[in-house]
Parts: sequence; structure tokens; C-alpha cells
Amino acid sequence: MKILVTIKRVIDFNVKVRVKPDNSNVDLANVKMAINPFCEIAVEEAVRLKEKGIASEVVVVSIGDKACQEQLRTALALGADRAIQVDTEEVLEPLSIAKLLTKVIKEEQPSLILMGKQAIDEDNNQTGQMLAALNGFAQGTFASKLEIEDGNVNITREIDGGLQTLKLTLPAIITTDLRLNEPRYASLPNIMKAKRKPLAVQAAADLGVDLSARTKLLKVTAPAERQAGIVVETVDELVQKLRNEAKVIS
Amino acid sequence: MSILVFAEHDNSTLKTETLKTVAAAQAIGGDITLLVAGFNCQSVIDAAVKINGIGKVLVADNPVYEHQLAENICLLVSELASDYEHIMATALSTGKNFMPRVAALLDVAQISDIIGVESSDTFIRPIYAGNAIATVQSLDSKKVITVRATGFDAVATDGNAEIVTLDFVTDAGISSHVSDQLTESERPDLGAASVIISGGRGMQNGDNFKLLEGIADKLGAAIGASRAAVDAGFVPNDMQVGQTGKIVAPDLYIAVGISGAIQHLAGMKDSKVIVAINKDEDAPIFQVADYGLVADLFDVLPEFEAALS
Repeated sequence: MKILVTIKRVIDFNVKVRVKPDNSNVDLANVKMAINPFCEIAVEEAVRLKEKGIASEVVVVSIGDKACQEQLRTALALGADRAIQVDTEEVLEPLSIAKLLTKVIKEEQPSLILMGKQAIDEDNNQTGQMLAALNGFAQGTFASKLEIEDGNVNITREIDGGLQTLKLTLPAIITTDLRLNEPRYASLPNIMKAKRKPLAVQAAADLGVDLSARTKLLKVTAPAERQAGIVVETVDELVQKLRNEAKVIS
Repeated sequence: MSILVFAEHDNSTLKTETLKTVAAAQAIGGDITLLVAGFNCQSVIDAAVKINGIGKVLVADNPVYEHQLAENICLLVSELASDYEHIMATALSTGKNFMPRVAALLDVAQISDIIGVESSDTFIRPIYAGNAIATVQSLDSKKVITVRATGFDAVATDGNAEIVTLDFVTDAGISSHVSDQLTESERPDLGAASVIISGGRGMQNGDNFKLLEGIADKLGAAIGASRAAVDAGFVPNDMQVGQTGKIVAPDLYIAVGISGAIQHLAGMKDSKVIVAINKDEDAPIFQVADYGLVADLFDVLPEFEAALS
């Protein structure tokens, strides 16, 4: 079966983002970028399914300007077979992304779509669920384990009180949580090989999708800084302070 | 204006976070209706009618909603949507799961995880793990919103809302529930606890989390963990506090052996009082702590427990 994996180019998770002085947005100029960590877990899971002989082909797709080809090449180096860049200069909202991906699904007809549960830039946690709804597919969000059997996927999900296992009819959309797997590092030979794997570019404007913005970003500010407090010397002093000064324990 | 709020529950208990989502709905202003969708959930309905500020409680009590599968719930909510300008749910497991499906079916944006209300169409939400705060205006006529409960104070519960039973059922038939493995604990939920004690990589292994249990019992606290402790396999993921885990804001948060990575701070820095215990005096956690103790946690924790007796 064919697996489609979506990836997003985001700020590297180790970089602390700064707000622009004019409060229009965050400043991403000259900042290190990477594959969104949850998307990387999705790529890894797809590659493992291929290595087990369950998947026949792994296609990765990213939506963005030419720069996201760098992340697509990384995914190819990790083991994906071919890549699609849906080319746009616009920064699109999750609903528009889901509509574009719906066109890609119509074209590619994958049995399983693997996605990250959220991107660490805007922390929306929406695109997978929206894509599932637009296609009438079942969804398994926040997945920590998945097993394919007879046209279904059994998916174990991270929920508030523990874990939940669901059975979904394929095709289905799975969004990854942290413990699904630990992504591998790309080896140098695989990075070289990835340069020769196919990467198709498709203009977003040609897909006939309404990409109009539904929200307007009015401003972005830095969060209120928390003042550092005091250092106590002993446990007794700590307990005294919590009892008598902060009054948070009795 | 009319607002529909989805009640988060497990068929027996209404999550207290729902009271905070109702507070967010009140900040928008309008007639507020609560939706309880579940199966054999009478005790939830009993609690729901008492929520202040609610006019009606819509009840969808049917086996297809027992596990609140996103595929079925989103059809129910989008069916009801024509009567409401705002559709709101708490940003917990269930709300996060089904709400974007509702938004997509209604062809509108979702505003996720709001922590403040500026007006009926403008909301405040954290982005980049809380390292930036965005003010976002919705341009859609209908607003689909998830609420970060820590941003709002719970409404009171001495109300008396009218119950309306829904007479239709929505079953997508493409997903089914297999099993739940829920963590059994006598301690409060991370989301509801007024005191939380969390361990990080400094705990060294899962067994050492027992050192936190005595203290948690004395303080009536929930036990949490950093992502590093979860990644290292010390404890299960449902204990994770952080950008990718639970967002908490208790009265007292005690961070033990946690260095204070950006992604952990994103989950707890709105706590009223923060205590950090770490042997590395340069650990970033001390920059947000009200009280810091630079010491070996293995010396300190037994002492701490004894001092609370």
C-alpha cells in the first residue's frame, strides 16, 4: 500500500524564537529551520512500514516556497521514495493546507496518511483532523502505536488519562505523538542518494483551491517575563517560605 | 449571540476544565448552551445543569457517543452548528481531537488554545510553545474555538439549566473503540490539581519517582514529569507537562531534577508559585522559580517529606 507523509518546515526546536520589534510577528530571518519533529516521526513510521513490507511506496509532501525542498530532501534521505512540493509563497492556514492536501490525496490515492500531531511554530493541532473531515476519513490522532491488518488500522492514542485503542477503516489519517518511534539519522550515503530521488513541484495556484485567509494576525507580543525569585539554603527554609510567605501549603 | 460549549467528560465525571471554558464563553458574551454527548452519562448531566451562566443543556446520550469518537461527534456538533455563532470546546483530548473536523465541515478556521478574549471575534493565544503571544481576529461568520483552561477562572455551580434531549444520532461508521488503558490513580488529575510535583531526567529512573509519591500524598498533589523523563522511559506520557503534553497552572508547582527546557516551561510557567530543586545552579528552571533550592534531589526529597509531616 501507498503511504503519504506530510511534512512542515519550521524553526528548529532548539532555537528560542524572538518577537519582531514592531510586534507584527516573530522574527525568522537567519534562523535555523528543520522538519517539524512530529512530522519526522511520521516519516520514520512510514519508512519502518516499508521496511516491514507493509508499505510499497512512501511519498512525502510539503507545502511552501522553494526552501521546503530542503526538508523534503531530508525526508528522502530518511527513506521516503519520492517527494512533492506544493509551491506557494503564501503562509497558509491549516484549512487551506488541508484543502491542498485533499487534491494531492485525490491524485495519489494513498491508503494511509501519516502526519505530525502539531507543528511547533503555531501549535494549532488542526491540519490532520481537518484533512480527515474533508475526505470523510477516519482519524487516529496522537498515535503512540499502529498496526495494519485486513484493510483496517489499529491505533493506540495518547489521551488525558492514559491510552486508547481504536480500529479505523482505511484509508485513514494518523497523527503522530512522541512515543510512536525514535527517528533515525540520515546516513551520508543516503543523503547522497536522496539527491537523485524524484521531487515534483506543483504550483498551489493551479490546484483550484480557495486559499483565502480566514483569520488576521493583529499582533504578536513577547510573553510576560517571570521574575526569578530567591534561592533558599535548606529544606526547612523552603517549607517555611511555602507555609508563611507564599501560603500555598498548610 | 449564541454560543455552544462542548462538555468534556468521561461519562461519569464532568471535567472541571469545562467550567473554565464556560467562563471563556461568558467573556465573549451571549446565550450559552452546553452539549453533553456520551452514553449513560446521567451524573455528567446532573453536574452540567448546575453550571452558572448556562441556559440549556443539550443531551445526546447514545452508545455511538460512548467513546466520543471524533468521526461521530463532529457530525453531531456540525449538525447543531447552524444555531450558534461560536462553537467552543476545552483543549483537552476530546476537544482537540474532534473540533478541527467541525471547523473543516463548516468551512471555517479554528482558533486553537485561546487564553484570552478581546472581543467576540478577537482572541489571544500562545504560539511557539508560549514564547510569543498572538492576537488573532477571526474573519469567519462562525467561530470554532478551543480554550486553554488555565487561561480562565471556573464559573460557579449553583445554576439550574433546562435539559433538552436531542432526538437524532450521527454515526459515521468508520471507526470503532477497541480498548482503554487508563492510569489508575488516587491522586488528582494534572489538569485539576492545585499542587503538582514533577520529576525530570535528574530522577535517573522510574523507580525513583516513588520519592515524589510521599510528598504528593502529603500535599494532595498530582505527579507530573518533563518530556525528558518521558522520553527516557521513566514514566508514561500521560504524566508529561509541557508544550507537547499537559498545560498546567496550579497554585504550587514543584520541579524536581528538571532543567527547564523551553518546551517544559511552556507547560507550567503560569503556575502561581514555582519551586525548583536541582543540583545544577545554572539550570534555566531557576530563572522562573520563586523559590530555588540548589541541592541533590536524593538528599532533599526525604527531608522534604519529613518536614511536611
